Order: sequence, then C-alpha cells, then structure tokens
Amino acid sequence: MTLTSVETSVTGTEEQAAIEGRSPLQLAWARLRQDRVAIASAVILVLIVLIALFAPLIASAVGWSPVQQDRTTGISPEGLPVAPGSAHWFGTDNLGRDILVRTVYGARVSLLVGVVATVAASVVGVVVGTLAGYFGGWVDVALARLMDVVLSFPFLLFAIALVSIVGPSLAVSVGVIAFFSWASIGRIVRGQTLSIRQKEYIEAARSLGAGDFRIMVVDVLPNLVAPVIVLASLLMPTAIVFEATLSFLGLGVVPPTPTWGNMLADSLQFYSVAWWFVVFPGVALLITTLTFNLLGDGVRDALDPSAERLFSTRRKRGRR
Amino acid sequence: MTTASTEPLITEPLLQVRDVRKYFPVGRGLLGGALAEVKAVDGVSLDVQRGETFGLVGETGCGKSTLARCITGLYPVTSGHVVLDGTELTGLSRRRLRPLRRQMQMIFQDPYGSLNPRRRVGSIIGDPFAVHGVASGAERRRRVQELMSLVGLNPEHYNRFPAEFSGGQRQRIGVARALALHPELIVCDEPVSALDVSIQAQIINLLEDLQDELKLTYIFIAHDLNVVRHVSDRVAVMYLGHIVEVARSEDLYTLPRHPYSAALLSASSVADPDEAEQKQRIILRGDVPSPVNPPSGCPFHPRCPKAQDKCVVEPPPLERKDDDPVDHLAACHFPVQPGEVLSQP
Amino acid sequence: MIRFLVRRTVFGILVLWLISVATFLLFFVAPHDPARVITGRLATPETVALVRHRLGLDQPVLTQYGHFLNGLIHGNLGYSFYNSTSVNYLIVSRLPPTVSLALGGAIIWLVTGVLIGVLSATRARSLFDRVATIFVLTGLSMPTFLLGLLLIYLLFFRLHLAGVTWFPAGGYVPLSQNPAAWAQHMVLPWITIALVTAATYTRLTRSSLLETLSEDYIRTARAKGLSERRVIYRHGLRSAMTPVVTQFGIDVGTLLGGVIVTETVFGLGGLGQLAVQSVTNQDLPVIIGIVLLAAFFIVVSNLIVDALYAVLDPRVRLS
Repeated sequence: MTLTSVETSVTGTEEQAAIEGRSPLQLAWARLRQDRVAIASAVILVLIVLIALFAPLIASAVGWSPVQQDRTTGISPEGLPVAPGSAHWFGTDNLGRDILVRTVYGARVSLLVGVVATVAASVVGVVVGTLAGYFGGWVDVALARLMDVVLSFPFLLFAIALVSIVGPSLAVSVGVIAFFSWASIGRIVRGQTLSIRQKEYIEAARSLGAGDFRIMVVDVLPNLVAPVIVLASLLMPTAIVFEATLSFLGLGVVPPTPTWGNMLADSLQFYSVAWWFVVFPGVALLITTLTFNLLGDGVRDALDPSAERLFSTRRKRGRR
Repeated sequence: MTTASTEPLITEPLLQVRDVRKYFPVGRGLLGGALAEVKAVDGVSLDVQRGETFGLVGETGCGKSTLARCITGLYPVTSGHVVLDGTELTGLSRRRLRPLRRQMQMIFQDPYGSLNPRRRVGSIIGDPFAVHGVASGAERRRRVQELMSLVGLNPEHYNRFPAEFSGGQRQRIGVARALALHPELIVCDEPVSALDVSIQAQIINLLEDLQDELKLTYIFIAHDLNVVRHVSDRVAVMYLGHIVEVARSEDLYTLPRHPYSAALLSASSVADPDEAEQKQRIILRGDVPSPVNPPSGCPFHPRCPKAQDKCVVEPPPLERKDDDPVDHLAACHFPVQPGEVLSQP
Repeated sequence: MIRFLVRRTVFGILVLWLISVATFLLFFVAPHDPARVITGRLATPETVALVRHRLGLDQPVLTQYGHFLNGLIHGNLGYSFYNSTSVNYLIVSRLPPTVSLALGGAIIWLVTGVLIGVLSATRARSLFDRVATIFVLTGLSMPTFLLGLLLIYLLFFRLHLAGVTWFPAGGYVPLSQNPAAWAQHMVLPWITIALVTAATYTRLTRSSLLETLSEDYIRTARAKGLSERRVIYRHGLRSAMTPVVTQFGIDVGTLLGGVIVTETVFGLGGLGQLAVQSVTNQDLPVIIGIVLLAAFFIVVSNLIVDALYAVLDPRVRLS
C-alpha cells in the first residue's frame, strides 16, 4: 500500500529515541524530579522512614529502650524531667524515659497508621467510587448516599465513642481513620469515573465485547491513578494528625508505647518546666505532616501541570 | 413506517434492520419514572449487502449515531430486530453477543476520545485479542504490528501513547483496532469529521483500500454529503429518527425525491465554482423539531416547502416513486419531480 | 427547587436516624456493662442487677430503642446513666463555652482566611503571596492540639514569665458574668481553632479567585474601564465565593466535633469535654445525645449550603 510507505518514511525521520513512548506517569515523574521543594520533602520523608525502620538500632546505640525509666540521671530530685544533656540528648519525660528514643519510636506508629489507613481508605474509596460511577443507576444512588452518610458522621466524636467501647489499640486507630476517610476519596473517584464513563474509548471497549470488570480494570482504573495518588498523598498528613489527636485524647495506641500524640498529652502538665518535652515530639509531628503536604502539593503539580500551585520554587511557564 | 425493500435479492443481505426503535427516557418524576421519551430512532428498516458501503447521512441529532449503536449492540433497542448474517442480535445477553462482535466492529468519530490516553498503542490495538482470548504474548504483538503496518503506522511505535500521534494517525489506530478480529461489517461513525480536510482524504483512501483488500462491508455515517457520495454505493437520508429516502448514491444525487434530501444536497459545498454559482440553495425554515415531541404525520412537514394537509395527518410510507430504480425509495406524499425548483418559503 | 429541598430534608432525617441507630447499636455490641461501670467493682451482683433494671438495661434492645425513639420525637434525649440528670439539661448547660468558641472561631477564621486569600490572589507571586502560602501549609499540617499547646507555652507561659498576664491558660468565664474576662479567656482558644482552619479558606479563596479573574466576563469588566478594586470585589469575589461557602457549611457542621480537642487543651468545660467525659463513664444517653446534636448540625448546614448555592451562583442547576 502506498500510504504505508509514505507514513513510515515520515515517522522514520523522527528521533529514534522517542519510539518507546513515555507514559503520563513517567512524564509526571520527570516533572517531579525538577521540583526542588518536593525532592527535599521526599528526602526528609525517606529519612524519617529510615529512622522509624531502624528505631531499635538507634535505641541500642543511645542505650535506652523507649519504655525504660532512668531513675538515676533521668529524673531530678524534685521528680521532674531532666533537660537535654550528655546522658539524654533530648532530655527525659516525667517518668525519666529518654525523649530521643521515644520520639524515634513515635515515628513508627505515626507512619504505620498513616500509611495503612491511607492505603485502606484509598482502596475502599476507589472500589466504591468506581462501582458507583461506572454502573450508575440504583447502584450509584445507594453508594453515593452511603458516602454522604459517612461524611455526615461527626467523625471525631463518633471515633472517640467507638474507641472507648472497643478499647484503644493500633488496629482500632487504623480502622477508625480509614473508615472516616474513604468516603471523601470515594466521592471524588465517583465523579472522575462518571466523566470517564462518557468517553468514547469506553464505548469502543464495549463494542469489542469487553466485560464490565475488564473495562473497569483496564480502561477506568489507569485514568484514576493520577487523582488517587494526589488524594492519597494529601490524606497521609491528615491521617497522621488524626492518629496523633486520638493518642492525645488517650484513645490511640495504648501507653507505654510511645506516640507523638500521647507524648504531647503527657507533656501538657510539664510544659512550664520542660520545654523539651513538648518541642521534640511536636517538631517531629509537624515536620512529618509538613513534608507530606509539600510532597503532595508537588505530586499534584507534576500530575496536573495546569492546576494552580500552592507552593513552588519553579516558575510556571505560560501562565498569566 | 412500512417495511422497506422487499425486492428479490440475489444473496441474503449481511445486515437486516427491521423497524428498530430506540427511545431514551428524559427527566425524572417524583417516583423516578420517566417524564418523557426522546424518540432517537423511530422505526428504521434497512438492508446492507455484502461488500457494499452503505452511507447514512443526516444533521446532528437525527439519530444516525444512535442507530449505529443499536446495530452494534451498544444500546439495547426499544423494539425491532437487527439480524447479522442470519443471526438475530436483539435480545441477546452480553455474553451471547460477545462472539458475534467479532463479525462487527466500529470506528468512532473522535480520534482523541476513542483511544484511552493512559494505554500504549500496542495494548489498545491488541484489546480485541485480549477480550476474545485470541492471541497472547509474542503472537499478539506480532499480529498487532501487522495491523499497524496494514493501516500505515510504524510498527515500531507499538509502545507509544496516543498523545504522541496526530489526529490522522490516531484514527488509523482506531481502524487497526476495528480490523483486528477480521470483521465482515464495520460501522464507521463519522470517522473523518473530526479531521482536517487533507487528512480526511487519507483516511477515506485507507478505508477504501482496506475494503478492497479484506472484502469489508461498511456502514458509513456522516453529515457531509460530499464525503458520503464519494465512498458510498447506497445512501440513506435520516431525519428525526426516520429514514426519509434511500437510493444508490448516483440516483440520490441526480434526483433526490424527498424535499429534505434535496435541501441537504443544495446545502453541501461544491468544489467547482461555476457549478456553485448556478446552484440554488434551499433554505429550510425553522429548526429541527424536538425528538421528544415529534410532529404528527410526516416528521418533516413543519419545515417542508411542499407540505400540504395530508402531510400533517398521514405518515408517508417509504416506497418507490414513479419510474425510479427499484431500489430508490422515498417517504414523501409529494416527491420532488425532475427539474422542479423548490420554492423558497 | 422546593422539591429538591424537600428531598434533601427527607434524606437528612434519614441520615440522623441512621446515625442514632449506629450509635445505639455501638453500645450494645460493646463488651462493657454500663451497670457494672456505674456501680463499681465492689458492688454485689444484686446491686448491679438492680441498677441494670433501674436503667432499663435488662429490657430487649428493641424495647430500649423504642423508648429512646419515643423520647426523641418529643424532644427528650433521656437521662444520664451516671447521675440521672436530664441529657437536655446537661447539653444546654454545657453549650455556652462551645458556642462561644465555635462562633468566635468561625468569624475569625472566615475573615482572616478569606482576606489573606484575596490579598495573595491579587498579588500573586509577590512576597506577601509567598508568606501566605507558608501560613497555609503550616495551618494544614498543624494538629489543633499542638497549636494549642504552643500558644499556651508562648503566649501564656513565656509572657507570664516576662510579667505580661494578658492571656490565661484556660478555663471559662460566662459572658453574662464578666464580658471582658470572657473575651480574655476565649482569645487563645479562638486563635487555635481559627488558625488551623483559616488555612483551608486562604487556599480556597486564592485558587478560586485566581480562576475567576481569568474568565472572560472579568476581562470585559476591565475593558469597560471599571476600577481594579471594583472588578475584584464586585465581580470576581462574588462568584469566587461559592466553594468557600460550601467549605464553610461543612466546617460549621463539623465544628461540634472539632472543638473537642480545643476544649480539652484549654479546659473550657463545653460539650466536647462533656463528650469525652461521658465516653469514659460509658454514659450512653449523653453520648447519643451529643452525637445526634452534632449530626443534626452537619445535616442542617449541608442543607443551608445547598440552598445558598443556588442563590450565590445562578448557573448552578439543582437536580
């Protein structure tokens, strides 16, 4: 066919490197790597993750376990926390426990709860949102209403009621946070799916004889990856704050396991004599949520370059 | 509308459409019932012969795309029958319909919307193989690349994304996907109307070459009469969910019998400026009526320059007029006569 | 429009009912026995049984729920397990600190959030905009209780050490008793709740206004020669406010849940603290009452937002 040869010769002159196409996600990744703020945040987060992973190593290097009470050098004669010094770099708490080691261990709980709750909420939100948006009709009505109901729950109030009944634990914290977070993701996913469903390529797949399940997995889900990554990266700091709040109210992970939230709750009575008691867990918590937000913002920017940016070191081209 | 062509045929038509209706509910009452219906396709019958190109023209909203989707089983019909190669398609479950889809594929209008932007081209063209479990792995890749070169794409671009192709190239991807399972019938839903004029010719040539090579049958939908005239053996004109005229391409263009066909023809652009000067355009009054509440009798009567009382009351049957060729049918009580100039309303 | 509101109201009532059932059930699947909690560990089985009978806990779940629902319809939320006080009374008596905190906080965060948002949108990419984005990010990342602690430490403790005693660390003084002291005690809680929430408003206002200002009708307004001030405040801000109103509705609705932390940090003794207390006491009627009240606020504010939507933005078609 003559057309074939013409077409081939035209495309043949293009650079050979471009034959392997770059996926939208690869392009986004390339954009993200240009973003200094996002990269710096990612580096800090990796560091925090490493610290959490190697917490036992750090504890043995420091010489104190997170629950060990130092009754000799860790508590003043008046029974008060001891200021940062050579024995305890970050000082001690009211029971003479090493704040450095406890803060390091606190990262484990925060990250674990944040990651697991976010992943669980995202999975449930994507499944429910996709089903509602794809099938429409009464399935959509039922699922959309369900999400409305969950979003109408006074969640913190209900969460503390629930925790007080089943008893606080790590698993309950994760469950509660995931339960009250999936609906907001589900609602956005549903909206996205509704608009994807209108696309001609869905009709094309259907005219090929593809089943609903295949269409949802092969054609709908890949288009949800970008918005879900953005939502999840912004949900992460929210989940971490949620966990810290539960712990702060005494409804999170059970003491003596250290979490930033319960350390801060303990510090409430000692802030006037022991600033280190508040500052170290507080700063750790703030840095974690801040870097997650900065990274999430960068990810959003990389995935959707046309969206308005919250914080950027990079000049936006072709905008106003 | 009466049943169309019952003329003796040499072979059985590949596709028979009989009195197909498609009504869409609109609005919701308090109890969730539909308040009204859009009569998108309202009693259409037609036959498509093996190896021919059957053109379907009409303005936007006349129901031609809906008809295409009823034929390919994307929409369940409200009533009527679609018979492909002797097999009744209407009323089949999606599972039962699936093997039959191999005989019938569709090319879509929008080369941007019809390709999933998140999937690689190889995966898109290989979709039919995956869905029907025909070929996998290296075999699938080989066959996809064969298809790519068949439609004039560089097979080395297998791993590219749709965004890296031009509109014309994208439409070639859509064509390759439609060809994958060696269908007999391809429904082309305005395959070139989203493309530049120069690219349109390329795609049409490609479709014609493929038809010769692979013995394909096309239903070719367009709103541009020039394009349809160029490619079609026979043409049907649709208006408000009805077929108002069907004829061999040359017959329709020589003597359109239905005033609506005549008006459409007079509105289409002509390449030759001399001819264009002579041509008198028929301007229709008013807008296309709502398909929710179509006019009584002949659906065209409110806009027809020749309408009389009979047209308001009695729906005209689709039938042969005077000494027209046997396969030239029109649905009009007062068909346009040779040499007649339609009066401007 | 009317039909839409009726449908939303019916749905709202349904939500409230579902939440009441969920809360109610929660306490029956619980492994705890409120009668035992109330009587204490040393009580004889007879005492526990007596208390259980007095509280009606020995009746079937459905009967108990029926009693509760009957009371609810008559506006009676029941009586506390713990000290037999009427739940209505308990809630009303704890309302003033919560309302003070919520109202004051909402006004502050709305004004500051929107103001900073407008200023940074009109001065996009200026130094002010940069500072504002840092404010937004900090606000979004800051847990409420941490900010509260920080404020207590800096504005109460540090200032006290320096001899400045403007801000008390906590407690509540009724407005009717001493307005000046009331305000003084509320300042830190207000700032706490407002700063954390204002960030969202700044972000919303900024992005919404920037988007609106790039629309054609704004260009037309500018081309007509209207002053920039008039363009921004009369034409731009009006339609840019729609998402802000939505957010405000959501936040006011969930405020009752949101004040829990602030109340605990500052010891305001409002509804939030009552909730935490009741949870520790297993005081089922009080918890259900507060949860229902909170859910009621959410449902009502959602309803108001839906209605406001149509008023603010005529383009919105309710379906």
